[in-house]
This record gives sequence, structure tokens and C-alpha cells, in this order.
Amino acid sequence: MARVFMKGCEAIAEAAVRAGCRFFAGYPITPQNEIPEYFARRLPEVGGVFVQGESEVASINMVYGAASAGTRSMTSSSSPGVALKSEGISYCASARIPMVYANISRGGPGVGSIQPAQMDYFQATKASGNGGFRMRVYAPSTVQEAVDMTYNAFDYADQDRNPVLILADGVIGTMMEPVVLPEMKSDEEVAAIKESKKSWACIGHKLDYANRAWIQPGQWSTAVQQECNETARDLYASWIPEVEEYQLEDAEIVIAAYGISARISKSVVDLLRKEGIKVGLIRPMTVYPFPYAAFDHIDYGKCKAVLDVEMSIPAQFVEDVAVAVKERCPIETCLCSGGNIMSRDAVIAAVKKINEK
Amino acid sequence: METNLCVAGFGGQGVMTLGKFLASATCDSTDKNVTFFPSYGAEQRGGTANCFVVISDEMVGAPLGDVMDDLIVMNGPSLNKFLSTLKPGGTLFINSSIVSDEISRDDVKVVKAPVTELALEMGNAKVLNVIMLGVYVGYTEVIAPEIVWETIEHKLGKKPKLLPLNKAAFEKGLEIGRSQK
Repeated sequence: MARVFMKGCEAIAEAAVRAGCRFFAGYPITPQNEIPEYFARRLPEVGGVFVQGESEVASINMVYGAASAGTRSMTSSSSPGVALKSEGISYCASARIPMVYANISRGGPGVGSIQPAQMDYFQATKASGNGGFRMRVYAPSTVQEAVDMTYNAFDYADQDRNPVLILADGVIGTMMEPVVLPEMKSDEEVAAIKESKKSWACIGHKLDYANRAWIQPGQWSTAVQQECNETARDLYASWIPEVEEYQLEDAEIVIAAYGISARISKSVVDLLRKEGIKVGLIRPMTVYPFPYAAFDHIDYGKCKAVLDVEMSIPAQFVEDVAVAVKERCPIETCLCSGGNIMSRDAVIAAVKKINEK
Repeated sequence: METNLCVAGFGGQGVMTLGKFLASATCDSTDKNVTFFPSYGAEQRGGTANCFVVISDEMVGAPLGDVMDDLIVMNGPSLNKFLSTLKPGGTLFINSSIVSDEISRDDVKVVKAPVTELALEMGNAKVLNVIMLGVYVGYTEVIAPEIVWETIEHKLGKKPKLLPLNKAAFEKGLEIGRSQK
């Protein structure tokens, strides 16, 4: 397959179009502007619709509407913009509407900085909006992975009737790298996908009360609400985490990292292995569901410590790592934030410090 | 084998385009892994801009390394900011038209090219980045010059008027790069 040289944001948008996404609404924010820019040009070519909303809130609600009508739909933003969309995302989860969104995250809290960061971990995995809903959250560490995850996200969203989040960062979003693009779904396939949602989506005139999420005004039942929540809980519990375990078998130090930090850490593993330091890596590819079981594959008889590497101060991802490690060894951290990008030297120094203990 | 390159200058000097041409040519014509990572503030023209290109036979770990094998500086502030990141024995490519500072290190190779002046002589100040790309490719031979030219030709496809000027600029750069080897 031919490689093309693409920017992360553009590759995400093209992957979505190839997966059959035909509606995108968004509002500009750095460092994800190339996603809406690309969609604006590309969607009309395939009979899709692009809207630059008047705000983040308007955009997410347009996506809520388009996805409710069965069209594969997407939005994207960066940290503070995603926060504004949280109400709409929660509504999609509540109504069990499939849609995909990407957070090309930047420094925080508040307006933070426009530079890359991984400071939205809790927002992405624990509380993306009110009401305790969950989503599959994918954390790509290469542009190729961002493409593949986005492409598959639409299938997962439809299968679950639930939002799916691509949690990337400003490095993955703005860097360029060779990618192999997935196959373009044909117009017939895209139409068939929409048709397959007819039982629940707002397509046609016949109401199907059994399958549709609907509310009879003034007759909201707490019993029904609880049933819906129980069904959602069972759905969330059925998801299987995805993880990469790298050089774990004989590892005396195990790095735990996701996204861009994991990619940098993986090169550290290779470099330090050449020096004879036995380092391994656990890289969650889904941060929800979190691959807790991967940490049971560490040989705690040998392991001096797990090193949490993330671009967030205070650390967030480390809390899931701690749940997984279950106090079987110490946990150290290697952190940066505010828009500073994790340096390979900093990770090397952190590993060596543990190794010398 | 991994080459880490940093290209730095003012916004508007074509720093990003230089890096992108090189990285894109590598993607199109080789099996190597390559990344391009831009870094700039909220400002564009006149502000500082720099990008990192990593070309590697292995998987690229960090798209921006801590230590550079090669450094291209197009203006004075970039020299001050990035010179310390260049590894001992690394090569510094310098726009000698506007960077007049003394090079404070004697453990690096220095390749000088007055690209701003040369571009003005050619009648278009904008081609200074293409001259510098020629200097870099001519000196390092990191990938074949013909391939880089094909990429430039392809990227400028919509503006064929600009091709002869860019071709001359690229070849001028190659000549300077080769002559300083």
C-alpha cells in the first residue's frame, strides 16, 4: 500500500471520511484547526456536510442531531473546547447516539496554552460530562494509529450506540508522518450503514417505541431511567481494553505511558536496553477501558518500580496505574506540563535514577 | 541510523516549507521512517518558527529530539536558541547574510551560505529556503537531490511559473553545499 505524508489532524479527518463520516460540525481552536479545515474541503466532495458552528455548544448539538438521524457524524476540539461540548456529549451518551469526537489536547487548566499536553486524562476517562456515562477512549501514539483508531471508532460507536473519543495531543495532531490510509467505504456501504440504524434513528415516519430512546413529556419514570443506566453499565463492562506490552518479560523497570509519552518512552526502552538496562513498557491504547490486567504480567520479583510518564502536572494517568499495580512495587513519576513536550533525556534520567537505587 | 534536524528562523522565511519538502521527499521515495514536527507560537510572520525532521531506519520515537545531528539557522535569535542542542561533531548550516554572530563552539562543522542575498540576486527573496534546502541536501546527501526536486516540483504543481526560479535556487544551493564538503 502506498504511503502518504500527512499531518495527524488531516489524517484523522481523512480516516473519518473513509469510514463513512458525512457530517462534521466544529468550532476553531488550536491545535486541531486542520481537522475542520480538512473536512470543510473534503466533505462536499463526497456528498457530506460541513458546518462551522457559531460555538462549541452549537457544534456538538448539530452532531447530536445529525447522528440521531443515522448519519455517521464527528466533531473535534481541543481541551477547553471539549469542556464546552461536555453537555452535548453527555446528551449523546444518554440518548445512546453513536458519534465520534477527537480531543487534540493542549495545556490546561482553563485556556492553558496552545502547546501539546496530556492534561485531560480525567476529563476523558472519568467525567466527560455529567451523569457518569463512559466511552471507549482511544489514545494513539502515531499518526498511523490515529488513522486506524478513528476509522474503527465509527464501527464501535454504531455497535455500542455510544460516543467514542479519540484522545490525542498537540504533537500527534500537528506532526506529519507517513501513513497508509484505510479503504474508502463506497456510497452504497455508507447508505447501508444508515439504513441499518432505522430501528432506532430518526429516519422515516414510523415510530418504533421499543428501540428508540424517547421521552414522553411529563412522564419521566425513575424506574426506566435506572433500567437505562443498568443497560449502559453492562455495555461498558463488555468492552475489552487494548494495550501494547513491550519488553516486559525480564523488565526491572516498567514505564507506563500513553499517547505521545508512550512513543517517546518506547524509544527510551530501545536505547537503554542497548546499555543493558532492562526496561519495559505498558502502553494502554484504550485508556477507557483501562488495561489493568496488563500490569499483572510484570514480574514483581524483579521489578524495582513502575515509572509513570505523562505530560500532566499533577499526574492523572498515574491513578489508574496505581490501581493496576496494587502496591506490588513502588511507582515513580516523570512529568512535564503546561505545553512542554516530554523530553527523551528526562525519561532516560528518570529510569537511570531508579536503576541506581 | 537516525538523523535529527532542526530548522529555525523567522516566520515567513519558509522554515516549515523547507522541513516539509525534505520530509515529504523522504516519505515518497524511501522506506525510511520520517516525521515532521512544527513548532511556532500564536504569531506567524516575523515571529520565531522552527521545525524538527527525524529520518530513521528504525521507528521514530521522539519526533523532536533533545540532541540535533544537524541544525539549520536562518536568523540570529535561532542560533542563540538552538546552538546548544547541536551534538559535538554535528553540522550547523547558517544563513550568513543575516547571522553575523561568531560561532561560540569549535566542536561543530559550519556550512555558510548567504541565502538571503542570493535569493534577492535571483529576483525573489522568497526562495531563500529552497536555496538552503539545496545546501543541506548537497552537503549531507541525506537523500538524493533528484527526489527532493521531484517533491518540490509536485508541491509547486499549481504554480508552474515558479518552477524555473525554484529549480535555479535549488541547484545554486546544491552547488554551495557540495563545494563545502
